[in-house]
Amino acid sequence: MTATAARRPAASGPGAGAAGAGRPSPGPAGARRRPRIPARLRKIGLPYLLLLPALLLELLVHLVPMVIGIWMAFKEITQFYIANWGDAPWAGLDNFALAVDFNAPVGEALLRSFFTTCLFTVLSVGLCWCVGTAAAIFMQDNFRGRGILRALFLTPYALPVYAAVITWAFMFQRDYGLVNHVLTDQLGLTGERPFWLIGDNAFVALLTVSVWKGWPFAFLIVMAGLQNIPKELYEAAAIDGAGVWQQIRRITLPSLAPVNQVLILVLFLWTFNDFNTPFVLFGDSAPESADLISIHIYQSSFVTWNFGSGSAMSALLLLFLLVVTAAYLLVTSRGRKSSDG
Amino acid sequence: MADTTLTKTAEPTGRASGQPPAGPRSRPARSPMASPRSFVWTRWIFLAVLTVFVLVPIYVMISSSLKPLQDVSGEFRWIPSGLTVRPYFDIWETVPLARYFVNSLIVAGAATVFSVIVAVFAAYGVSRYRFRGKRVFTVTVLSTQMFPGILFLLPLFLIYVNIGNATGIALFGSRGGLILTYLTFSLPFSIWMLIGYFESVPRELDEAATVDGCGPLGALFRVVVPAATPGIVAVGVYSFMTAWGEVLFASVMTNDTTRTLSIGLQSYATQNDVYWNQVMAASLVVSVPVVAGFLLLQRYLVAGLTAGSVK
Repeated sequence: MTATAARRPAASGPGAGAAGAGRPSPGPAGARRRPRIPARLRKIGLPYLLLLPALLLELLVHLVPMVIGIWMAFKEITQFYIANWGDAPWAGLDNFALAVDFNAPVGEALLRSFFTTCLFTVLSVGLCWCVGTAAAIFMQDNFRGRGILRALFLTPYALPVYAAVITWAFMFQRDYGLVNHVLTDQLGLTGERPFWLIGDNAFVALLTVSVWKGWPFAFLIVMAGLQNIPKELYEAAAIDGAGVWQQIRRITLPSLAPVNQVLILVLFLWTFNDFNTPFVLFGDSAPESADLISIHIYQSSFVTWNFGSGSAMSALLLLFLLVVTAAYLLVTSRGRKSSDG
Repeated sequence: MADTTLTKTAEPTGRASGQPPAGPRSRPARSPMASPRSFVWTRWIFLAVLTVFVLVPIYVMISSSLKPLQDVSGEFRWIPSGLTVRPYFDIWETVPLARYFVNSLIVAGAATVFSVIVAVFAAYGVSRYRFRGKRVFTVTVLSTQMFPGILFLLPLFLIYVNIGNATGIALFGSRGGLILTYLTFSLPFSIWMLIGYFESVPRELDEAATVDGCGPLGALFRVVVPAATPGIVAVGVYSFMTAWGEVLFASVMTNDTTRTLSIGLQSYATQNDVYWNQVMAASLVVSVPVVAGFLLLQRYLVAGLTAGSVK
C-alpha cells in the first residue's frame, strides 16, 4: 500500500475511501509497503490513531473526573466515606440546596464569594485587556529599545506565579513592605500604615497582583494579532488623510475583533477560576474581601472534608461558566456577523 | 530553515528593516504620515508608567535578595545598606530547595516532552485529515480549558488512589501522577496552536514527501515537524511554564519527597521568622530557568501565536 493512496481520504473524506473497491488499486508509485494492516482500515483509522493519545489523556484527567465530580455532588461524602466513596449515601439535591440557600450561612458566604469573584474578574480582565492592547498598539512601530522593552513587559508573564506573588506579598507587608513605605513614609498619604493582606484592602492587593501578572498575556496575543493586519490598510487610510488616532480606531481595533473574542473569553475563564494567585498571596485563609470562588470551594471542601457540598458548588460554578461562555459566543459571533454584512 | 521562517514571521512588518540605520530622531512612523504630537506624548507617558509598574517588583526581588537580614526585617529600603550573597547560600539550608528543584525539573521536563509529542500527533491528524468527529474532538479538547480545576481535583485524586490500590501503580503522591496531570493542562492550547501552525505548512510539501515514499508519519517527521519547529518550540515553552508554575494540584498531589517548587517555596513563609532576603533569593533562583527560556524563545511564541490566531 502506498502512502499516496493513504493520503487520498484527506481530500475526499472517509466515506469515499470506504465506498471504493474491496482492495484499493496500488498508487502511482506502486511500491509495496507495510502489508500488515488492511489498507482501508489504515486509511480511516490513521487520523483517529493520531488523536487517540490526546483523547485518552483528556478523558482520564479531565472528562471522567468531571463526570465523577458531578456525580459526587449528589452524594453525601464526608471524611467517613473517603476510603470507599462509592458507599456514601445519596444526598439527592441536598448539597445543592445547601449551596443556594442564601439565607443560611453556607449559601450566603457562597453568594458573597461569587459576587466578589465577578467584580474581581470584570476589573482584572478589563484592566489586563486595556493595558495589554494599548501597549501592543504603542509598540507596533519599531523604535530603539523596543526589543528590550518587549522582553521586560513579558517578564511578569514568564515568572512562575508563586515567585511573582510572593514578591508582591513582601511588598504588601505592613511593616517591611515597599507599598506602605512609599505611601506612608515617602508620600505621606496615609497617617497610619494600612494592612494590605487582611481586611478590605486585600481586594485591591489581589487585583494589583492579578493585573501585573495577567496583562502581558493580553499584550502577547494582541501583538500577534496586530501582525496579521495588512499594512496596505494603513497606507490607504493615510492617503485618505486619516490621522494616527483615527487609524487606531477605524482599522486597528476593528481588525482585532476576532482575536479579542478569544482573548477576552480565555482571560475571563482563567481569572474566574484563578486559584494560584489568592492561594499564594493569602495562604489557606483568604480575607473576606478577596475570597475568590475557587479558594472558597477549596476551603469548604478540603479544609472541612465536606466533599459532597464542595462538588455541588463546583458543579454550579461549571454550570455558570458554561452559560456565560455560550451566551458570550452567541452574542459576539452575531455581532461580528452583522458588522461584516 | 527554521531560522528563516522565524525571522519572516516574527518581524512584525518589515517596515523598519529595509531602511538605512535610523537615528533616534528619525524613527519610521507607524504610517507614512508623521505621528501627531498627542500620539507621541501619550505613547511615551504610557510606556514609561507601565515600565515602572513592571519593573518595581522585579527590582524588589533582585535587590532584596542581595540585602543583609537587617535591611529586610525593618523598614523597607530602596538602596541596600550593603550587598551580600549570603542569602543565595542560605536558601538551600533553610528548606530542602534542591530537592524541590529537582522534582520540578523532572515533572515539568517530562510533562513538556510528552505533551508536545501528543499535541504534534493530534494537531497533525486534525490539520491533515478529514474524518467524522473532528469538530467534536477539537471542541471537547478546547472546552476542558473551561473546567474549574477545583471541580476535578478531588475526583482525580480519588481516581489516582483507586488506580494505585487496584494495580499498584502509584499515581497519587508520585511524580508520575503529577506529570500525567500537567501534560493535559497544556494540551488544549498546544493542539490549537499547532493546528494553526501546521496549516501554514504547505500541503504540497508533505504530498511531495509521500510521493518520495514516506508514509504519513514519515511526512510528519521529515517535513511538517522541521517546518513547524518555531511553533513546536513555542508549545514546549508554554507547557514547561504551565507545569513549573502550577500550585493547586501540586498542593494536594505531592508528599514530602515529591514536593515541587510551587509548594516548596511557600515553606519559607511558614517558618517562625520569615527571612525575606532568602525568600526573594529563592524566588529569583526558581524563576531564572523559565524566564530565561521564555525570553530567549518568546519570538517563537509570538510567531506561533500569529500562525495560530489566523484560524
